[in-house]
Amino acid sequence: MTASALQAVDAAERRGPRPRRSAVARRDWIVGYTMVAPVVLGSLAFVIAPLIAVVWFSLHDWNVLANTFVFSGTDNYERMLADPGLHNSLLVSLWFSIGLVVLNVTLALFLAVLLNQKLPGTTTFRTFFFSPVVVSLVAWTIVWSFLLQADGGINGFLAVLGIEGPNWLRGDVTAMLAVIVVQVFKNVGLNMILFLAALQAVPEEISEAARIDGAGAWRRFRSITMPMISPTILLVMILTIVGSLEVFAQIAVLTGGGPGNSTTVLVYYLYQQAFRFNDFGYASAIAVLLFFIVLVLTLIQWQTRKRWVFHEN
Amino acid sequence: MTPNPTRRARAAMALGGGIAATALVLAGCSSSPNAAETPDEPVALRMTVWTADETQLAMFQEIADAYVADNPELVSEVSFEPIPFEDYTTTLTTQLAGGNAPDLGWILESYAPEFVSSGALADITDTLKDAEGYDYDDLVDSSLALWQQDERLYAYPFSNSPFAVFVNTDQVAAAGQPNPADLVASGDWTYDAARDISAAASQTSGKQGLVVRDFDYRVWENLASIWGGWGASPWSADGSECTLTDPAMVDALTWIHDAAFVDKAMPGPGVTADFFAGDAAMTITQISRASALDDSFAWDIVPLPAGPEGQQNVIGQAGIGVFANAKHPKIAADFLAYFTNPENAEKLATYFPPPRETLLNADTLAAANPRLSEEQLQAVVVEGIQDAITKPAHVNFAKLQDAVRAELDALWVADADVEAVLASTCEAIAPLLEG
Repeated sequence: MTASALQAVDAAERRGPRPRRSAVARRDWIVGYTMVAPVVLGSLAFVIAPLIAVVWFSLHDWNVLANTFVFSGTDNYERMLADPGLHNSLLVSLWFSIGLVVLNVTLALFLAVLLNQKLPGTTTFRTFFFSPVVVSLVAWTIVWSFLLQADGGINGFLAVLGIEGPNWLRGDVTAMLAVIVVQVFKNVGLNMILFLAALQAVPEEISEAARIDGAGAWRRFRSITMPMISPTILLVMILTIVGSLEVFAQIAVLTGGGPGNSTTVLVYYLYQQAFRFNDFGYASAIAVLLFFIVLVLTLIQWQTRKRWVFHEN
Repeated sequence: MTPNPTRRARAAMALGGGIAATALVLAGCSSSPNAAETPDEPVALRMTVWTADETQLAMFQEIADAYVADNPELVSEVSFEPIPFEDYTTTLTTQLAGGNAPDLGWILESYAPEFVSSGALADITDTLKDAEGYDYDDLVDSSLALWQQDERLYAYPFSNSPFAVFVNTDQVAAAGQPNPADLVASGDWTYDAARDISAAASQTSGKQGLVVRDFDYRVWENLASIWGGWGASPWSADGSECTLTDPAMVDALTWIHDAAFVDKAMPGPGVTADFFAGDAAMTITQISRASALDDSFAWDIVPLPAGPEGQQNVIGQAGIGVFANAKHPKIAADFLAYFTNPENAEKLATYFPPPRETLLNADTLAAANPRLSEEQLQAVVVEGIQDAITKPAHVNFAKLQDAVRAELDALWVADADVEAVLASTCEAIAPLLEG
């Protein structure tokens, strides 16, 4: 066979399988895209498009009653700088987030460590603490609103003990505390389960070795358990902080942002601007601000994980 | 040469934009419906309401079906969409924002100026005046005031329900207190008397005294039923000046504060009490709540007591408006004219005291309100609507409601400095009143 004939055969071989390969590839391509299409289209329609639309709305003065939609440039953003109501809601959100994260993560870890012991009845307690997670948020909050009233169940219980309880939802500090506690009890079970799964994945040999070396319970927890579960701590912190910025139903049902504006968190303030005051343009600008706050907080935690999360490179 | 696709797209967009702009201008010019032109196909109308009462909805549907039967070329159906009262205005404005405006909707009195002045509602004056047998002049002028701008009417006040005091006479008698109806007869029915009776009844029964229904230390505008007796109001008639610091308002709110925190005649913040469940001796609410009474206790209904400035009737109103941005405002206005004509207004009077002079008599209302005697209806409803004031309303009401609520929270504690709180409230709302 001449060299040119060989080349021709080679070329024919190359041409030969190609249509088959390309048909397979095309089929793969179609199947692959068909499978991800619902998610991609869903994300485009319900996440990406609204996100872009909100940025666009934030550049407009939009009053739905007056039916006005006028381009206003950065006016809404400039207004945010001089709006004491917004500054107050940022501060309220900060306090709420700090209170929630500290209480929720500490309690969840504490419960997980307790339930990680091989004691009878742990399954029952696990179910007990997890059950609020699957209860409807609004129903949960409404029940608490009755308990927290001046003549409600909590003060009734305190009265039995001879204690005169405060009017929980009418005092600045107690109202904030009440909203935090209601939220903590609602979600602590989920974080507890995450911590419990992480704790159960910690190899017992390491702890055993440390014990033989003379390490006490606290030392073993601090130097072995904590580093081993640090990725879960990161995850729980991110989920809780982001979740704390989304709190709305509890505020709407329990306090309506009061007393005064002491529980008007950022999302509730946004809701007021949009749906009570019909100022959709300004509310959109606040939504953009909220988006960036969540983004920045997540990025900071993601970046700093290398310093404090064990076995991250 | 083929046209540049980008250029073609731009041209199409410009054309589309032009058409849209023209349509908007035309729509703006035609926002005053006076005669319903026959559409190519019969249209479906939708009205948002905040009642979910099936008998009320059935009555609306009956009137609507009769209209559809009379006008098959105009309308194929009229539907009524109940929205919960708490979220009503929010849901309505969300529908407007989403380009899904209902054709007609109920509107709360407090938001009337905001809706009327914003241009959200269509002018219905001519449609109502020109409707056959409508008798526009029969409408009580004072009841239209809130719904007008430049002498044009933008909504029909279908409900004019007076505030009155419901009394649990069992609890009052058990406390050995005088019967409020006797005090009305002797001219001694004052707020101080109501407070003393409530405090005594509360002490005897261990339940609550006087409940201002739906106030809950948040919906402060419901206190208008009390401060009317002091001749007080939160802002000036033109809505530009805060009058919360006027002596009349300071006195009225001091009275309310002390009734709750000193005399224990009213439930304090965070205490729930439902008069109709027998939890309280008295309640100030609208007459339309009479339907919630059963015979589990003896009750009576009396007009609002007199304050230092005499007795002031207060009514709660609700209007029906046609939305300017709805698809068929002219046909919707035509339906409204039918829905509220004298004949149908009489049917609606079963639940909603109408704004019509000829229907405001005890005879008509007695047929509609079997639970109330003719004397009660005459004293509370017929006379209650005369010279009545409405609850506070303002073009900026939503923001004012929230700002005043936040400031007044400082008033609802035992050791509050009423004057200082009201001064601070005026300071907070001054920019909203000017705006």
